[in-house]
Amino acid sequence: MSNTVPCRKMFTDTLLEMARKDKNIVVVTSDARGSVTLGDFASELPGQFIEVGIAEQNAVGIGAGLASCGKNVFVCGPACFYVARSLEQVKVDVAYSHYPVRILGVSGGMSYGALGSTHHSLHDIAVLRTFPGMHIVLPADIYETRRLVMALMDYPHPVYIRVGRNAVPNVHDDDKIDFTIGKAIRLAKGKDLTIIGTGETVYHCLEASRKLSEHGIQAGVLDMHSLKPFDAEAVLQAADESGRIITVEEHSMFGGLGAAVAETLVQHHPVPVKILGVPDENAVAGTPLELFRHYSLDAEGIVKTALNWLRA
Amino acid sequence: MIQKLTLQAELVRKRTLEIIYGAKAGHTGGSLSAIEVLTALYFKVLKLDPLRPDWPERDRFVMSKGHSVEALYCVLSARGFFPDAVLDTFGQFNSPLFGHPTRKVPGVELNSGALGHGLSVAVGMALAARMDKSSYRCYALMGDGEQGEGSVYEAAMAAGHYRLDKLTAIIDRNHLQISGKTEDVMTLEPMAERWKAFGWEVFETDGNDIAALLDCFERSEKVKDKPKLIISHSIKGKGVSYMENIAKWHHGVPNSEQFELAMKEIDSRIEKITH
Repeated sequence: MSNTVPCRKMFTDTLLEMARKDKNIVVVTSDARGSVTLGDFASELPGQFIEVGIAEQNAVGIGAGLASCGKNVFVCGPACFYVARSLEQVKVDVAYSHYPVRILGVSGGMSYGALGSTHHSLHDIAVLRTFPGMHIVLPADIYETRRLVMALMDYPHPVYIRVGRNAVPNVHDDDKIDFTIGKAIRLAKGKDLTIIGTGETVYHCLEASRKLSEHGIQAGVLDMHSLKPFDAEAVLQAADESGRIITVEEHSMFGGLGAAVAETLVQHHPVPVKILGVPDENAVAGTPLELFRHYSLDAEGIVKTALNWLRA
Repeated sequence: MIQKLTLQAELVRKRTLEIIYGAKAGHTGGSLSAIEVLTALYFKVLKLDPLRPDWPERDRFVMSKGHSVEALYCVLSARGFFPDAVLDTFGQFNSPLFGHPTRKVPGVELNSGALGHGLSVAVGMALAARMDKSSYRCYALMGDGEQGEGSVYEAAMAAGHYRLDKLTAIIDRNHLQISGKTEDVMTLEPMAERWKAFGWEVFETDGNDIAALLDCFERSEKVKDKPKLIISHSIKGKGVSYMENIAKWHHGVPNSEQFELAMKEIDSRIEKITH
């Protein structure tokens, strides 16, 4: 489980590996080669690397122009800026024009911890989910990240990818996993409830499931790496098998994973749902782990929520 | 050639007014001011094949001032990208022709309509051409009111930085925007000096004169190592006497009497050109 490689680094290392063989891969960044970990890419493949300076709107527009000419474009930078400052370019030039640009948002969610809400992206899933044609993926660990990069080599849709800043524990043992964009991965089968996570929360969901088993509770875990396309079938199956759902996301509790799960269930298979996320407030100051604890997004918080609920 | 294209522009002008009149909606003034520049591009300057709108070697044109879409649709149709009859659906329920360009229309490269987007996309296209060592050129047509959008200058900066000499931006400088005179709304001058400072070679031309436009495009394409800007001095509402230089015709729609008068004015010019 232990791992020292951040997902952003796995992403850029895999991308560099692919780009050595494929001249069509182009990276665009906005003075973020350090935060994205693109230093090696920039020095080794300068002909496939475009720096635009601190200008996210321009980066996304340029990305759309490159993609319109057949390039496989990765526009990379902090998630907080790409899904706010350049949101209209993502909406119009990428999603509405349907050019298959990949927007890699690094240090997403509350990765920047105490830097405050300017640097948090707790709204990205909610907003992008409503853009027709825009796909959204939050890989849970380095292995999913690697498989995702490979899947993006010939993926015909625009995609937003969010990864965190720090290394996170592995959820899988290696990259030999059944990874398909739009298909959830069932990590544990539930009888009493199912915990659904996305991105960095998946590890905590898995840990919570282990801890709950010590209390005699069989908690399933669903790794919802793709928020769009959304694997409604997997959610319905989990509801059918376990009868109640807890969703856990490093995102506003409105409009994200919890909302997508609830929208599916209330219409097709109503079961009780608890949504763990950040409430309607600007996150308090702290390290990412402190913030996960504060908002009950870590294993302990999930276990407490589950026990209180099941014993109520 | 000049006479033929001047005639073509007047035919497009007529058709543009017809579809706006038919739909009872449209961006009239800025469509009319841009008709000559669009005609010069699509009938002479751009390397294209209407039967293969996705031909990889085609020149790229981005309509950044997407609201002037009526003129663009009429030029594309006249050039053979889609049948003239499709134009009659403009303004009807479920028409393929929205009030701003979309890629569903053959020949349209970008869904536009939100201002300040097109130049960045054209910069990306010019970078792709350079990477692929392709010879195609990239053009973006902006409005002058559009120059208020800060993203325009992000793109201008990058094009200058990368010395994109396959890139030509055009500003339809008609001096009016929805609220009135551009300089009253926000100072845009000295426009040429601003763009020069970003590393662009700047050209100025009469934007409603086909001969002047063609000469300007030809001269601009000889400049190497720099992106080019053409300030296309035009008249908003050009070609309809009562619309010219009046801000309310930005999205004004003629009534039946006004429409007949406009047709008469254009017909009499067509008569002069053909005789």
